[in-house]
Amino acid sequence: MEKEQHPHIVRYRTYVYVLIALLFMTLTSVAVTHIYLGPYTVATALLLATLKSTLVLLIFMHLKFDKKFYSYMVAGVFLLLTSVIIITFLDYLYR
Amino acid sequence: MTMNDHVHIDEHRDDEGAKTGMWIFIFTELLLFGGLFIVYSVYRYLNPLAFHLAAHELSTFTGTINTVILLVSSMTIAMSISAIQYKNKKLTLILMGVTLFLAFLFLVNKYFEWSGKISHGIYPGSTILQEASRGEILFFGLYYTMTGLHALHIIIGMAFIGYVMRLVAKDKIQHDNFIILENSGLYWHLVDLIWIFLFPLFYLIT
Repeated sequence: MEKEQHPHIVRYRTYVYVLIALLFMTLTSVAVTHIYLGPYTVATALLLATLKSTLVLLIFMHLKFDKKFYSYMVAGVFLLLTSVIIITFLDYLYR
Repeated sequence: MTMNDHVHIDEHRDDEGAKTGMWIFIFTELLLFGGLFIVYSVYRYLNPLAFHLAAHELSTFTGTINTVILLVSSMTIAMSISAIQYKNKKLTLILMGVTLFLAFLFLVNKYFEWSGKISHGIYPGSTILQEASRGEILFFGLYYTMTGLHALHIIIGMAFIGYVMRLVAKDKIQHDNFIILENSGLYWHLVDLIWIFLFPLFYLIT
C-alpha cells in the first residue's frame, strides 16, 4: 500500500516559467496572423495551440508528475479525437 | 451494502479513484467540445470566404486579453495546490480568490463582447444575419454556441472553486487531503484547454 499519495510538490517557479512560455506562444500566434503565410497560417495557429495545451496538460494538470496511467488515457482520448477528425475530413475531401 | 463483517474505522478515501473519475469526466467534456470543433472545421472548409469575412467582426484584442486572463488564472489555481501542500492556508485562499476574480473578469469581457455583437444586430435569428450568407450564419451560430458553452463551463468552474475554497477555509482540506482541490484545478485547466483552441479558431482567422 502506498502511504504517500501525493509526494510531489511543484515549485511556484515552475508554474511561472510555464505561464511565461504560454503567454509568449499566445502573442506569437497573434503576431503570426499579421504575416501572410497562406495556408500555413491555420497550421501555425493550431501547432501553437497544440504546444500550449501540451504544456497545460503536462505541468498545470500534473500529467508529468502523476502515474503514467493518466497520460496514457489522455493520449488515447486525443488519438480517438484525431482519428475521428481525419476520418470525417477524408469523407469530405473525397466525396 | 452487505459488508457487515468488515469493520472499517478509517474514513473512506480513494484519491486515485477520485482523480481517475475526474479525468474520465474531463474526457467526456473533451469529446463534447471535440465534436463541436469537427462541426466548425467542416463548415469552415465548406465556407472559407464567409468564415474569413465573419471573423473580422470579432475583436482579436478582446480575445487575446481573455486568453491572457485564463492562462494566468490557470497558473494561480495550479499554484494553490502547491500552497496547500506547503501548509500555507492563507496563500491557498488568496490564489483561489485570484482565480475566481480572473474568471469573473473573463465573464465581464465576454459580456461586453456579446452585447457589442448583439447591439450591432448580430445574434442568432436577427434580421441582419438572416440576410447574410449561409457561411456567416453558420459562423456566428457556432461562435455563440461554442463560446456560450465555454462561458457556462467558466460559471460551473467558479462555483466548484468557490465551494472548494469554503472547504479550505473550514480546514476540511489540508496538506494531506486535497484531492477535491486538485480536481477543481483539473476542471479549471480543462476550461483553459478548450479556450486555447477556441481563441485561434474564432479570433485569429486571416
